[in-house]
Amino acid sequence: MSVDLAIQATDLTRSFGTFTAVDRITFDVRVGEVFGFLGANGAGKTTAIRMLTGLLAPTGGVATVAGHDVATGAEAIKNSIGYMSQRFSLYEDLTVIENIRLYGGIYNLSSGEIRARADAMLARLGLAHAATTQVRSIPLGWRQKLAFSVALLHAPRIVFLDEPTSGVDPITRRQFWELIYETAAAGTTVLVTTHYMDEAEYCGRVSIMVDGRIGAMGTPAELKDEFDVHSIDEVFVRLARPGGYAPAPPGAQA
Amino acid sequence: MRRILALARAEVLHVTRDRATLAQIFIVPIMQLLVLSNAATFEVRDTAAYVVDQDRSATSRGLVERFAASGHFRVIERAGSPARANQALLGGEATVVLTIPADFEALLVRTGAAPLQIVVNAEKGSAAGIVQSYAARILSAYAVEIAPELRPHSIGGAGARARSAPRVDVHVRHWYNPTLNYKHYMVPGILVSLVTMIATLLSAQNIAREKELGTLEQLNVTPITRGQFITAKLLPFWGLAMMDFAIGLTVGWLFFDIPIRGSLPLLFAVAAVYLTAVLAIGLWISTLVDTQQQAMFVTFFVMMIYLLMSGLFTPVDSMPPWVQVVSEFTPVRHFVAISRAILVKGAGLAEIARPLAILAGYAAVMWLLAIRQYSKRSA
Amino acid sequence: MRALLALLRKELYHIRRDRRTLAVLVLMPIVQVILFGFAISTDVKNVRIAIVDPAPDSETQALRHRFASTGGTFQVTAVVPRTSHLESLFQRGTAQAAVVFEPGFATRLGQGLPAPLLVIVDATEPNTGSAIQNYVLAVVSAYERERGASSPLRIVPAVQMRFNPTRESKHLFVPGLMAFVLTIISALMTAISLTREKETGTIEALLVSPLHPWQIVVGKVVPYLGVGFVSVIAVVVEARLIFDVPVRGSVWLLLAEGLLFILVSLSIGILISARTSSQRVAMMAALVGTMLPTMLLSGFMFPLDSMPRPLQLVAQVVPARWFVEIARSIMLKGVGLEFLWQETLVLAAMALVLLTMSARSFHARLE
Repeated sequence: MSVDLAIQATDLTRSFGTFTAVDRITFDVRVGEVFGFLGANGAGKTTAIRMLTGLLAPTGGVATVAGHDVATGAEAIKNSIGYMSQRFSLYEDLTVIENIRLYGGIYNLSSGEIRARADAMLARLGLAHAATTQVRSIPLGWRQKLAFSVALLHAPRIVFLDEPTSGVDPITRRQFWELIYETAAAGTTVLVTTHYMDEAEYCGRVSIMVDGRIGAMGTPAELKDEFDVHSIDEVFVRLARPGGYAPAPPGAQA
Repeated sequence: MRRILALARAEVLHVTRDRATLAQIFIVPIMQLLVLSNAATFEVRDTAAYVVDQDRSATSRGLVERFAASGHFRVIERAGSPARANQALLGGEATVVLTIPADFEALLVRTGAAPLQIVVNAEKGSAAGIVQSYAARILSAYAVEIAPELRPHSIGGAGARARSAPRVDVHVRHWYNPTLNYKHYMVPGILVSLVTMIATLLSAQNIAREKELGTLEQLNVTPITRGQFITAKLLPFWGLAMMDFAIGLTVGWLFFDIPIRGSLPLLFAVAAVYLTAVLAIGLWISTLVDTQQQAMFVTFFVMMIYLLMSGLFTPVDSMPPWVQVVSEFTPVRHFVAISRAILVKGAGLAEIARPLAILAGYAAVMWLLAIRQYSKRSA
Repeated sequence: MRALLALLRKELYHIRRDRRTLAVLVLMPIVQVILFGFAISTDVKNVRIAIVDPAPDSETQALRHRFASTGGTFQVTAVVPRTSHLESLFQRGTAQAAVVFEPGFATRLGQGLPAPLLVIVDATEPNTGSAIQNYVLAVVSAYERERGASSPLRIVPAVQMRFNPTRESKHLFVPGLMAFVLTIISALMTAISLTREKETGTIEALLVSPLHPWQIVVGKVVPYLGVGFVSVIAVVVEARLIFDVPVRGSVWLLLAEGLLFILVSLSIGILISARTSSQRVAMMAALVGTMLPTMLLSGFMFPLDSMPRPLQLVAQVVPARWFVEIARSIMLKGVGLEFLWQETLVLAAMALVLLTMSARSFHARLE
């Protein structure tokens, strides 16, 4: 039985001169899946995402997102995706609600729709009281919430979240993941990157990138089995250490 | 369409929230217009003249008197010495040294012609030429004035004069600027240069700023097209620039009495086209650079070239042919010419059709260029 | 000391790696010298003149012929029968002047009666208008003399143009251009460069280091001093090679005064950057506070003597005004410090005051 694929990449590559940031990665993400795109800083996650969202052209390989080729159909892809970037990319001198209205308008939502969805999202994330505050003056965690809202505002089929939980407090982290599950349950495909390995457990399947390549991919359970460890953290450490395996220090296991 | 409006509205919010920039768009240009319009003039008056009068005759004194009363010269010394005269020139106290030889009056009576020496400090180039022509005019007017007194027989009676030689009776009209007021020439030009500078600088650093801050990425990931994006960026600044132009024009009219002989709606229509062109240039520059600093520098550089070649400060007609050809391709030159034609000469659509067509072409080309140059994806 | 050198090196990297800004910095003086040299001129030549001759006769033809054969002074662009046609010609710019005959020109002259001639001049630009008027009158007088008229009395001036015999406008702009280039580099660049570090936050890393604030400022500013100096030399050399602009006085004195002026401009740049964290604002402030006064109130383009009194007073506080005068005197008049000590003192005083102000202000703002 063939499964619908939201994202498919085959030997996707990106080089910058002599440096290869993404080195022939092959993976796929099913519709409605919550896919964890893990890896250390500098492993190539963000570069890969930027190719998948049509922001960066690949230098090799192919990838399809929402049925369109990223090399030739980049603009078509953008109709079906939402994106939350690693670096905050909304306007600091606009208020929370103004940022939302801007992107609502860009995605061609009617003002009624915008208001309704904004109210719902802001209430859900506990941000309603800051609606008319300039983003400049709100703390980092709230900015992440705003960026998250904007990524999901137009109910895209696929949403890319690049490190949505970095710098936020545990409660907000919880709230994000609850929302992620909800959207996934409603049929949205979620590709999320993080370097919090414990969040990997929340994902359906994960891939771990090391130095531009996918070092391992599968469900969290499969990976832990494969490497004979108890946490994805350990899987990662095993993968990232040069020379392969290193014995766990005595007493380190939870 | 909703997209363009949504983005344009956000741009307006950005600007209105930035008080410093608002001041720079509205208040500063007005102040500059007021100050600079008073500064920018090539008129020459009150030139300091040092006279060495070696004749000390009634004639020579009369001549010096004419210089003093001309309004163009300020005689600082009527009976000086050659050595001091040189000092005065070197030290900058005098711009002109007039030396009248000892036999001035005698020569005039005897032969009908006499020399005198004028030394002009030509450091300041063009002013020296003007000073010379003022002096020449005073001399020839004085010659005509004292002729009957000094050499009455050479003239003959009124009848003799009438019969002797052909005379052309010349009347001179100064069109458009009978009072030879420099402000009428400069103010429209300064207004254009100010509005141009501001418009292009603002639009140029706009996209570069978003690149630096990282906000451009979020826009690039949306389905907004390049055309919609550029148009949305252009629109608000276009509105601001038009307002600026209107305010500046009002100030010019209120404070400097600039003539408005032609049709104002026509002028604004042309301004609308022109501002589109320069804003598009700014946006295009913005797509080529990575940082605000670069944007500002490149824009400044380009604008300087445009302004120097635009006929704002010095007439295009005085430029060598190859420069004139190059300036044909600069929008500023055409708008300056059109503004002056409409405001000062009362020109209508027919008279400005050609430069207007060039401006329109420019606007269209630059708009398209900016759109094409903008890439939503890094290569 | 080592820390300072490290800072200097970093700053030089910045400058070198920013290709576009570097290109502008290098190209700008070159392009401007060329433009100013070739393009900026107030010479009136090739005046477009229209002729209105409703009833052509031998004399009108003769006079018209004179206008048509003046070589470079006039070019006859239109001959029309009626004055009503002129308006449009002037508005289009096809004619800058017009000579209007009346019927019976030759007849009246033959009878010894004065023949009227209307000369219309486009006086939108007053000096051009005056010049055109003079040219036209000169042609008419030459025509009259040829026909036998003579003036009863002539005062013949022998005119000598000192310091700039060919009245080359180029010679007058080079000092101003030096001031302009220096101002851009010193004031504008420092202002932007410093606020850039503030805006992007990189200055915080510098501040928490053991570096003293003054070291940060000096480290930032010295490279631009170097760049500015090189630019000035480039301008003078270029002007010399391409346009033969002389340096009649002491070159060392000129460079020393240049250095003094750079110091003044740098302080202004620092002052501006101390007051704002936004590059956009810094740039506009530098433009208004330094560029425009340098261009317009320094005597660079427009003679100071022509300005109204209040503006002349304002010009006294514009550093460029002093430097332009000093540079012009050195280059064109060949004078030395004995004539220029007052102006130099003014610049030095400005440098001192501004440096103290900016040092104090930067210190305060950073904390």
